[in-house]
Amino acid sequence: MPQASRVLVASRNFANDATFEIKKCDLHRLEEGPPVTTVLTREDGLKYYRMMQTVRRMELKADQLYKQKIIRGFCHLCDGQEACCVGLEAGINPTDHLITAYRAHGFTFTRGLSVRAILAELTGRRGGCAKGKGGSMHMYAKNFYGGNGIVGAQVPLGAGIALACKYNGKDEICLTLYGDGAANQGQIFEAYNMAALWKLPCIFICENNRYGMGTSVERAAASTDYYKRGDFIPGLRVDGMDILCVREATRFAAAYCRAGKGPILMELQTYRYHGHSMSDPGVSYRTREEIQEVRSKSDPIMLLKDRMVNSNLASVEELKEIDVDVRKEIEDAAQFATADPEPPLEELGYHIYCSDPPFEVRGANQWIKFKSIS
Amino acid sequence: MTLRDPCPVCVPSERPLSLSLSLSLSLCLSPRQVSGLLRRRFHRTAPAALQVTVREAINQGMDEELERDEKVFLLGEEVAQYDGAYKVSRGLWKKYGDKRIIDTPISEMGFAGIAVGAAMAGLRPICEFMTFNFSMQAIDQVINSAAKTYYMSAGFQSVPIVFRGPNGASAGVAAQHSQCFAAWYGHCPGLKVVSPWSSEDAKGLIKSAIRDNNPVVVLENELMYGVPFELPPEAQSKDFLIPIGKAKIERQGTHVTIVSHSRPVSHCLEAATVLSKEGIECEVINMRTIRPMDIETIEASVMKTNHLVTVEGGWPQFGVGAEICARIMEGPAFNFLDAPVVRVTGADVPMPYAKVLEDNSVPQVKDIIFAIKKALNM
Repeated sequence: MPQASRVLVASRNFANDATFEIKKCDLHRLEEGPPVTTVLTREDGLKYYRMMQTVRRMELKADQLYKQKIIRGFCHLCDGQEACCVGLEAGINPTDHLITAYRAHGFTFTRGLSVRAILAELTGRRGGCAKGKGGSMHMYAKNFYGGNGIVGAQVPLGAGIALACKYNGKDEICLTLYGDGAANQGQIFEAYNMAALWKLPCIFICENNRYGMGTSVERAAASTDYYKRGDFIPGLRVDGMDILCVREATRFAAAYCRAGKGPILMELQTYRYHGHSMSDPGVSYRTREEIQEVRSKSDPIMLLKDRMVNSNLASVEELKEIDVDVRKEIEDAAQFATADPEPPLEELGYHIYCSDPPFEVRGANQWIKFKSIS
Repeated sequence: MTLRDPCPVCVPSERPLSLSLSLSLSLCLSPRQVSGLLRRRFHRTAPAALQVTVREAINQGMDEELERDEKVFLLGEEVAQYDGAYKVSRGLWKKYGDKRIIDTPISEMGFAGIAVGAAMAGLRPICEFMTFNFSMQAIDQVINSAAKTYYMSAGFQSVPIVFRGPNGASAGVAAQHSQCFAAWYGHCPGLKVVSPWSSEDAKGLIKSAIRDNNPVVVLENELMYGVPFELPPEAQSKDFLIPIGKAKIERQGTHVTIVSHSRPVSHCLEAATVLSKEGIECEVINMRTIRPMDIETIEASVMKTNHLVTVEGGWPQFGVGAEICARIMEGPAFNFLDAPVVRVTGADVPMPYAKVLEDNSVPQVKDIIFAIKKALNM
């Protein structure tokens, strides 16, 4: 953008903040819910916009790299669901904890890892956040426990992290995410029971994007009111395409947990543009019209942009500048992820055990040995 | 009464002849006078060898580690207010309370996952399965959430957890309650798997397991819980640890190496005693650890005796003995074998109920003796 117009943008007067109305959440076993209005500061708005745009472009880049066969195996993208990962992060502290399933790239970013480290992990290079050992579904960061491949298994894990929060007495909480497909897993109900029994500071969050792989919610669940499925656990159903709605609901739920009242359940109604994974075109079980309708009416980035521009929190040009910046960041990260070498073969046996002296790991036959260090 | 404050674990029917009792008899003091003496002056002095059951040893080991590190806690069915389904955790809830000793609902997959999550977040849980048969409900959490995580995260996320409970055959509990899981868990990289036999094993291994930063599966044995062993002085120290990954030679011998783990070690020693009278000296190795397996100790012994018999309670196919055979063939000891390795295992059937059938579904002393003689071509 030319220097002159940049100066113009900088000197224009934007509002510091604006108040927005947000959708009222459906409540289960709750007398009151989150507020129906919220204040968004210009600073926060720009931050959320940038973060959502980064997740969006990162996922689209991953799509590209997958089609070029530079990313292999499983690749589950979350474009369309940006308001969830960014909105949840906006409602908690960095010292809180979060765990999710395999559609995890967005959360890996919002929990603090760089696009570089994420893309390089997807391409299986040594600069990846798990040094190429984990791949798409196994990325970890501080207070972020992945990235879990077994549907539903992350939910008891999250309840356990919440148990540790309570045990340590530091007012931290754990956000435990799962999808509409996972919501029918038995172990989730076991986790609900123990979390409620022991009043664990756990927010169970169902990211309902209407389809568990190729199965629509109506075909999978006798009750699609996922926010009520916790039964004795209070719940709220949230517009997961509106980042402000997600943020307010998260703040509400976090306060509930921190007050020692036990677990609470949030259903985020959201949508994924891609199929279940890169192996799924995503149009055999839903119509292109449906996808297009969500894109044009409910896209989370568009919703935030419109709000900000219409309330004079930001200008169209300014947001375009951010887009350009983000594109560059993603491009640089993709360059790195493509050029970085694969992990050295010598490290194949590393990280079997923690805190142990080095030992030998068997390879494909008895003469092939790999050194294993912690 | 033992030398610490009244041991809450002593089961009246198993009370051994205690040091204080024998002291009081020899010094003509009343037991009360002696216990006062012992408490005041001998509280921290290393005592002579002590009779302790395997149950008491596990209890002591957990108690010491709970006291040592407040991040350690125990969860499982009936572990708290019931004192443990097999009374292994007796007294711990009374001493440590609800925060550290947690009764769970019957939800193995759920509470195993909760335990793994707590470990990921920095606590040091001991997750009890009432028997390892029930661990099958939770095995995904043990393998996929616990064992593999350190590797998948390239060393970022450790999982310092212990899964413990009784494993293998009991008495009359039939097929669904009698399976041995040594081979199943021993198969997986990222896990450590130990199988204590004696009280010393039980205490040293549970303490090492709790202090280990990796997921450790501790395969106990219900029929061994009540068996007393002499606990040597060094094993009575609060820092007594048995290294994971090291086998112990329980009996030196020259003619044949017998390798076993858990309760069958007792039968091997019995067989060795019988055979000794016939001039056959068996070297009996107690594996102590299933994974990582101490094949070196076995190899060194085979290179000395030239004959090997493996003895286990589990099924033969893809079992511990099968793995030992494979590794011996791959290593230096193969050329020292004068005969093929012989395996003694549980019968290849689901465990039957009727006593005659059950007795013949597990290795008996006569089966071990027969196998040894076959190995020696006698």
